Amino acid sequence: MVPGNSNPIISVNGLTVAFGQRHVLDGLDLDVSRGEILGFVGASGAGKSVLMRTIIGLVPKVSGNIEVFGIDLDAADSSERRGVERRWGILFQHGALFSSLSVRQNIQFPIREYLKVSDRLLDEITIAKLAMVGLKPEVAERFPSELSGGMIKRVALARALALDPEIVFLDEPTSGLDPIGAGEFDELVRTLQRTLGLTVFMVTHDLDSLHTACDRIAVLGDGKIIAQGTMDDMLASQHPWLREYFHGKRARAVLV
Amino acid sequence: MSGPTLEQIAKGDGLALCAAGSWTARFAPALEQIVAEAEKLTGSRPNIFIDVSQVSKLDTFGAWLIERLRRTLTHGGIEAQIAGLSANYASLVGEVRRVEPAGPPAASESAILGVLDRIGRAIYGVGDTFFALIGMMGAVLTAWLRVFVRPSTFRLTSTVHHLQQVCWNAVPIVVLITFLIGCIVAQQGIFHFRKFGADVFVVDMLGLLVLRELGVLLVAIMVAGRSGSAYTAELGSMKMREEIDALRTMGFDPIEVLILPRMIALVIGLPILTFLGGMAALYGGGLVAWLYGGVDPEAFLSRLRDAISINHFLVGMIKAPVMALVIGIVACVEGLAVQGSAESLGQHTTSSVVKGIFLVIVMDGVFAIFFASIGI
Repeated sequence: MVPGNSNPIISVNGLTVAFGQRHVLDGLDLDVSRGEILGFVGASGAGKSVLMRTIIGLVPKVSGNIEVFGIDLDAADSSERRGVERRWGILFQHGALFSSLSVRQNIQFPIREYLKVSDRLLDEITIAKLAMVGLKPEVAERFPSELSGGMIKRVALARALALDPEIVFLDEPTSGLDPIGAGEFDELVRTLQRTLGLTVFMVTHDLDSLHTACDRIAVLGDGKIIAQGTMDDMLASQHPWLREYFHGKRARAVLV
Repeated sequence: MSGPTLEQIAKGDGLALCAAGSWTARFAPALEQIVAEAEKLTGSRPNIFIDVSQVSKLDTFGAWLIERLRRTLTHGGIEAQIAGLSANYASLVGEVRRVEPAGPPAASESAILGVLDRIGRAIYGVGDTFFALIGMMGAVLTAWLRVFVRPSTFRLTSTVHHLQQVCWNAVPIVVLITFLIGCIVAQQGIFHFRKFGADVFVVDMLGLLVLRELGVLLVAIMVAGRSGSAYTAELGSMKMREEIDALRTMGFDPIEVLILPRMIALVIGLPILTFLGGMAALYGGGLVAWLYGGVDPEAFLSRLRDAISINHFLVGMIKAPVMALVIGIVACVEGLAVQGSAESLGQHTTSSVVKGIFLVIVMDGVFAIFFASIGI
């Protein structure tokens, strides 16, 4: 628990998730406060994506409770749940764009579902969202199969932001991007957080992202949060895994 | 959260539009109306500005609508201004200010032209399909010859696996359906032949129909629906995920690795299923003839022996591998033609089954003409 943080936007308590006999998350506690960018790291296969998918309700949990916007998602009825889902956006690891819809239709899809607005406004908002993620209006007519990896991530982010959510979940947003693209993406997340007051929950392995974009870092190990704090706290930590992660060869190159 | 409002306050010869409340996506429909109303004020006063200091909440929707209002109000060389922006909102408005207005939508073509266009493309597509089928046939044949020369490259495990999928796993459903069809044909035959006292000729009809035409046709249609679609979906999703490209770059020929085992499995499997289906249909027909028509099994068999020669059976069986080839080639061509989207996978799977069944029936007709002209 972060001291002095009385009103977290996401609050996870005693969360246990198991696949068969294997406990992936074991009594995990995590709070995310409003308006921060939380970087979430951990070894491959430690369950970072599982935590994200559990919070958004894609993976069933064994025990524990999850509150988002102060609403307990187990106790929420379907209309409350829809209300919560409307207020978050998710960027999946591989984009998860609808392959049979164009970029324009992908971005407009959630807006059409939730809001009754004119086609003119829909188109204008689509162009605005594309511009925000650094894409030209021409991209709108293309299909996902005609986009590069970096563009897919950007379009997926634009779709995640379509309804101006309060929280965005990003699953490895910079993986597979070149360093320039990744740097731009970090900058973009920062800008959006500043302008829209977003809370960002970012699963990442990118030390650059952690360094430049994140306000706070939480580390997952053995199914629990083993450390959380700022980059400086991480660097000062004596935990062996953290030392290796943040003081390894690659980390030194980034952090000097 | 209070809804959005836009109040008009006259100031000298100017007009202030005071926005207040929450200008967010939640209120987008209301916001659109408010802004549309305000846009009518364009040019009514020499100096109009938008005051947003009272806005409690702003997101991209609100920011864009304010920006759009500002653009519309900009009139006669006087640029409308936005006043009272807090630092946070200023950067958001700055973001949307960079948005260029959308160009005019592409002119839609007339309905008649669209229909003609689709007809033309469809007709042109027939030729393409034909050449694609011939091309695949050639590719499979050369792969087969290569394997013939170097038998060590033959993929036995894969072939056996597909044989299990196509043939062994299909036995129960094929036997059940052909059994029922045999029953129905016999029942209908007896019912109508009885009027002429010709009950026993139902055996002739059943034998000829099942062994020459119905058995192989039914089984081929079932296999096209069951295995042809599976082949297309498998190959199509492999194509979508670049697995076929991966094979190619490792120096494997996808035709040899993926398609040849499937084709061989189908060419072996379909005759076996045809045989089993034919037997099941005869059994079903015999059962109905006995229980419903009073033709006892002894009489049924001796009648069948007189009515049917081995030629009838061979005519049916000879068609089976050819139909297997047609189904397999169509399924593989369609599978490899799948593009990047889920929709395309669905379209090609559908067209694989439709074309497969169509060509199977056409082939059956061709065979009928051929056998008639050589007198079998």
